[in-house]
Amino acid sequence: MTPDPTRSSLAGRGAPAGTSGFWRADPSGTGSRGSRVIGTLALVGLAVLALFALVLSPSDAGPNASVNEFGEMVRILYVHVPVAIICFLAFAVTAFASAMVLWRKTEFWDLLAAASAEVGVVFTVLTLITGSLWGHVAWGTWWEWDARLTSTALLLVLFVGYLALRRAITDPQVRARRAAIAGLIAFADVPIVHFSVDWWRSLHQPATITRFDPTIDGIELFTLMLGMVVFLTTYVWLMIHRFRLQYVQARLDDRGLDVALEERRAEASAALATTAGIRQ
Amino acid sequence: MFRDAALVAGKDLRLEWRSRVTTNQVMPFAVLVLVLFAFALDPDRRILVEATPGLFWLAVLFSALLAIQRAFVVESIDGVRDGLRLSGLDPAGIFLGKAAGIAVHLLALELVLGAGVAVFYGAHLGSPVLLVLTCLAATTGLASAGSLYGVLAAGLRVRETILPLLLLPVVAPVLIGATQAFEAGFRGTPADGWRWFGLLAVFALMYTIIGLFAFDPLLEEA
Repeated sequence: MTPDPTRSSLAGRGAPAGTSGFWRADPSGTGSRGSRVIGTLALVGLAVLALFALVLSPSDAGPNASVNEFGEMVRILYVHVPVAIICFLAFAVTAFASAMVLWRKTEFWDLLAAASAEVGVVFTVLTLITGSLWGHVAWGTWWEWDARLTSTALLLVLFVGYLALRRAITDPQVRARRAAIAGLIAFADVPIVHFSVDWWRSLHQPATITRFDPTIDGIELFTLMLGMVVFLTTYVWLMIHRFRLQYVQARLDDRGLDVALEERRAEASAALATTAGIRQ
Repeated sequence: MFRDAALVAGKDLRLEWRSRVTTNQVMPFAVLVLVLFAFALDPDRRILVEATPGLFWLAVLFSALLAIQRAFVVESIDGVRDGLRLSGLDPAGIFLGKAAGIAVHLLALELVLGAGVAVFYGAHLGSPVLLVLTCLAATTGLASAGSLYGVLAAGLRVRETILPLLLLPVVAPVLIGATQAFEAGFRGTPADGWRWFGLLAVFALMYTIIGLFAFDPLLEEA
């Protein structure tokens, strides 16, 4: 495949040095005015979310509590649930972009798949950590071989492997193709992993997760939705930067080769000049 | 496609027949793993009997990694990949051939390991039909997924370390399904095992189909 850098309009190619628009990044960095706006929104959003999740929303206790009465611990769900949903979204983006790499064969989709997988791994780790904290309070153990936990952990390993494969291949074209197939296989594996783990656990013991009462409304629902929006903004912001970093990295690799070629040529012509000088 | 597959599988099996790497190295390794499990878990047979299905399939997985490495390393040294590409064989046929070659290796391994658990762990073969069919379905899945990841990792400097990382999480459903089916098979209650056999069959079918389509772009590169 031939990567077509002109399609990567997001990465600011063709912008004269020193100028940057709202979306166009300065060639020497990964930020633009647009990404700074999104970053600021994410930061402010996180602060507002903290206010709502920690202070304004009620704890799961008292007369209006759910059957489980999680008390203050219920607040971790305002982070855990959005982060878990974003991690699946991120891997879905990787899978979609991987399919597009095989179809359209452009650098844009390859970099998008890579960036989304990186951010997705971070969000998966966050999901596991917050879930583990939750489990410690709700079930009394840090880890439970529950279907969802186990398949999320496998998902993490699958995409860590995907990123390791990307790092192991140096040729960008070979990398794009192999990584695309690996990304698609990894994503196709998710349902079958989930299904098998689900059966495996349900055969041994009843499900351990006592579900958080889904019939929430009012300020709790608002806080949860706010969490979704805030973490989605954070995801987009991280994606923009990771994407641009990958792009700049690829250009650096291209340039590194050109520079090395130039140096060798200069050496060769210098050597020629010396031998010619000696002959004279 | 099937003729091409037979050619490639024949080549791989002839290679093995002449070099005897699987018979002389991988099989002894698999038996050694069984013995090591016994050291780790107590020679008291009770724990071993309970864990036999899982240990059997873990031994198969570890040995399968070696067999898959082997199937692709011998090729990369002599540039067989390019040769296969130039030969005009159907890529889907090449995939089926590689997978079939690996599957034959694995079935032979499972036979030896089966004898091993029967002797060392005193496993009782309760319902042989389920056990044999489970072996066939699980082996097809392992061989298909293994050939896919084998060619993904082929030619990389880190292939020995990256193959387990890529392959083992993907074949986790095979380990779970085959272990559960074997448990039912050893206990002699095959009714519990058929759903797991179904899962293994779906896995095998899925990865065979992915391989048939994905091998073309994978071989196409430089």
